[in-house]
Amino acid sequence: MSSDHGATSDHADHAGHDPADIDRHVKVYITVFVALMILTVVTVAISRFHLSVPIAVTVALFVAIVKGSLVAGYFMHLVSEKKLILAVLALTVAFFFVLLALPVLTHSDGFWIPEVVVEQPHTGAEHK
Amino acid sequence: MDIPYTFQERRDTGLTNGKIGIWLFLASEVMLFGALFASYILIRTGSPSWPRGDTVLDVYLATFNTIVLITSSVTMVMAWASLMRRKFGTFRLYMGATILLGAVFLVVKYFEYSHHFAIGEGPSHSNFLAVYYTLTGLHMLHVFGGMVVNAYFWGPGSKLYQTNPVWFTNRVEHSGLFWHFVDLVWIFLFPTLYLL
Amino acid sequence: MSHPTGVDHSKPHAAHEVHHEELGFWRKYVFSTDHKVIGIQYAVTGMLFLLFGFTLMMIMRWQLAYPGVPLPLIGGLFGDARMPGGTMLPEFYNELGAMHGTIMVFLGVVPLAVGGFGNFVLPLQIGAPDMAFPKINMASYWCLVLGGLTMLGSFFVPGGAAQSGWTSYAPLSVIAGTGQTWWLVGMIFLITSSLLGALNFLTTTIQLRAKGLTFMRFPFFVWSQFVTSFLLLLAFPPLEAAGVMQLMDRVAGTSFFMPSGLVVSGQVLTNAGGGNAVLWQHLFWFLAHPEVYVLILPAFGIVAEIIANNTRKPLWGYRAMVYSLVFLGFMSFIVWAHHMFMTGMGTAMAAFFQTTTMIISIPSVVILTSLLLSLWGGSIRFNTPMLFATAFLPMFGIGGLTGLPLGLNISDIPLHDTYYVIAHFHYVVAPGTIFGLMAGIYYWYPKATGRRMNETLGKIHFAGTLVCMNVVFMPMFIVGLAGVSRRLFDAGSGYDFAQGTMHWNVVSSWGAWIMGLFQIPFIFNFFYSIWNGEKVGANPWEATTIEWAAPSPPPHGNFATEPQAYRGPYEYSVPGAAKDFTPQHEAS
Repeated sequence: MSSDHGATSDHADHAGHDPADIDRHVKVYITVFVALMILTVVTVAISRFHLSVPIAVTVALFVAIVKGSLVAGYFMHLVSEKKLILAVLALTVAFFFVLLALPVLTHSDGFWIPEVVVEQPHTGAEHK
Repeated sequence: MDIPYTFQERRDTGLTNGKIGIWLFLASEVMLFGALFASYILIRTGSPSWPRGDTVLDVYLATFNTIVLITSSVTMVMAWASLMRRKFGTFRLYMGATILLGAVFLVVKYFEYSHHFAIGEGPSHSNFLAVYYTLTGLHMLHVFGGMVVNAYFWGPGSKLYQTNPVWFTNRVEHSGLFWHFVDLVWIFLFPTLYLL
Repeated sequence: MSHPTGVDHSKPHAAHEVHHEELGFWRKYVFSTDHKVIGIQYAVTGMLFLLFGFTLMMIMRWQLAYPGVPLPLIGGLFGDARMPGGTMLPEFYNELGAMHGTIMVFLGVVPLAVGGFGNFVLPLQIGAPDMAFPKINMASYWCLVLGGLTMLGSFFVPGGAAQSGWTSYAPLSVIAGTGQTWWLVGMIFLITSSLLGALNFLTTTIQLRAKGLTFMRFPFFVWSQFVTSFLLLLAFPPLEAAGVMQLMDRVAGTSFFMPSGLVVSGQVLTNAGGGNAVLWQHLFWFLAHPEVYVLILPAFGIVAEIIANNTRKPLWGYRAMVYSLVFLGFMSFIVWAHHMFMTGMGTAMAAFFQTTTMIISIPSVVILTSLLLSLWGGSIRFNTPMLFATAFLPMFGIGGLTGLPLGLNISDIPLHDTYYVIAHFHYVVAPGTIFGLMAGIYYWYPKATGRRMNETLGKIHFAGTLVCMNVVFMPMFIVGLAGVSRRLFDAGSGYDFAQGTMHWNVVSSWGAWIMGLFQIPFIFNFFYSIWNGEKVGANPWEATTIEWAAPSPPPHGNFATEPQAYRGPYEYSVPGAAKDFTPQHEAS
């Protein structure tokens, strides 16, 4: 059976990744690094204002999503990744949100027995 | 018998096996941490009171750790870029830096944990701490795992570069993807636990 | 397309597997990276665990038929901690129940259906030389072994194995004995095994399929394993996280699932509290619902292959079946709380989950109907695989239909946690999935061994098992509708309302024991035929799919020349063709 082996040629292994391309990518990485540092400082600085929980959560989440997108998009090369990978990730993210949202929605819609303060129980009683 | 597409992309998908494999693995990791975040949300919203992160935890140490991890992500991607430029020596430098920064992260976490334990704040102390230890503990395991793999590629695994530099570069890229993911999780963990 | 070889043979092999020298016994048969060896390892391991799990049930069924009566002959073997005087203690009943479920689902069916059939057949059916990641494949099998040993070992710890149901609901599972910790650790091994396997299957299917084998030319079996792998990949991790949290609750004293103010045996617990027991249920069922589709999908795939082959006709509605499979996989992630209707859910969320549950029944019906319609007008050959495959259809039909009242909130209220539920899910898994797996064993045995299994023994096995399955499980619908709860160690004998249905437990028990006897011809047949079965060539069933192009058994690397697909997977009885089947890989 003939097997498919890759060429071991040293240059141009990944489509379009010749030396000039790498230099461009490196510039992007440095830019993203600076952006991430700034955003880190921003997120900590904002937290000093002790905003109300809903607003604090929204802002913190927003900044985190921006930071995360930069890491995912540029460090993990998702901006130029193949459709197949992006499709799998989109599916995963959808289920991620299902997992995040549905339990808490179910809980808020439910009838829950309020927590009762426990009196001293009868000692020595065996529960069947 | 050799497996095709280990380092040569398949024409119609444009991908190697390893690239698909690592992304599938990362997809499963998204669900793993997702479950922990979902649990955090449910427990916190169901709680009559919940301390603000900075009242229990050390924000400055964690900010330092955030910077450490983000920097390690940059050195990681630079390690891969060095391999793409076929500069093996530079690769080793950047990969070494990545591993070192990972170690710094773990050391800082060790100090954080031991401080809390010293004042009796273990996982059983409160639900806030339970969530904190579980989330950061699992994250730490991933940092450690990533370091082990990176150390392999820095050390004995780098022999592959002599016989198949393309494959070696790809494997480092995949290890890098895992490392970036670990950084990504921390980017969400840090504000969630320490700032909110 | 040809490529220059990338392997420089003058330099030592760094990371390639050694393929020039002959491998020693251990590398060839024990720590093999060959998908066929691994597939057989998974299959045999799965079958052994199925037998063990079934044995646990046969013991339980004595207690259910004759509550409080000492178990004859072997009652003394279990010691005073479990069966003083041969009479089963409730704790032992719970241990058997929890481990029966755990073992059957995670150590029996999944390893056989996915690990066994998936590993052995999938690469062959897509014309690949092996899985994309052979070493990871081997690692996944050994993770299963570690998980299995942990689960078996848990029987020997003080207090015995897990006894909080296979569902391990909190807070009972959190305060339970050491066996539960072993269960959690075992589950982590098993989940890891499945995750590694899933990413291997998905990568292999996408990347290593033969030239010309487009997705819509896949055998239905390949599609079923593909969707199953997605379910495993994305649904298992939350249970792994939950397992870690339950371990934290048990070992580190956290309160993820422990509410405040819990009183156990008269003592108020001193944990921090504030946890949510229903959180465990959410995380567990987030996995466990897709898990039931993991259990059935491979069986759908196997039955589809066998029906097409033995009707000498293409499958009816292949495209609809594929779309249904994908839709089913997607929907399976958003129905889970129909297992939780009784947890205090409000009407809005109950309506949501009830609706998604009703919607998900549609693709199931499409698939089942298509398989049924595939029989119409066929030249049916009733060999043993076909007998199991056709019997699967009405059996799964009963299982599926009886699920409907459970999926509707209002009718679930009286039926939840009764024997009705047990009957429903056993119908889908036992005469459902397991029949599909039996069919697959008889069907692919010649490919794996080069010999056929004996048909007479196969038909005896089939007839006896089919009758007994119905004898065991049909009465449980009646018992459940009468209101008898599941997991009662005395089968409800203490309740007035259960008295009218107690006799059905005796019927079920005898059905189970006789079914055990009918497995003997199968076990004998399985081993005897390895040396004495009728020898066969590459394609004894005259099938069209690519695995039948390889020799029986296939050598390392599978195919002498790389196969290519020229047509769809079920070109049977093509008008004008010389034979009544045109293999997928045969050039015109």
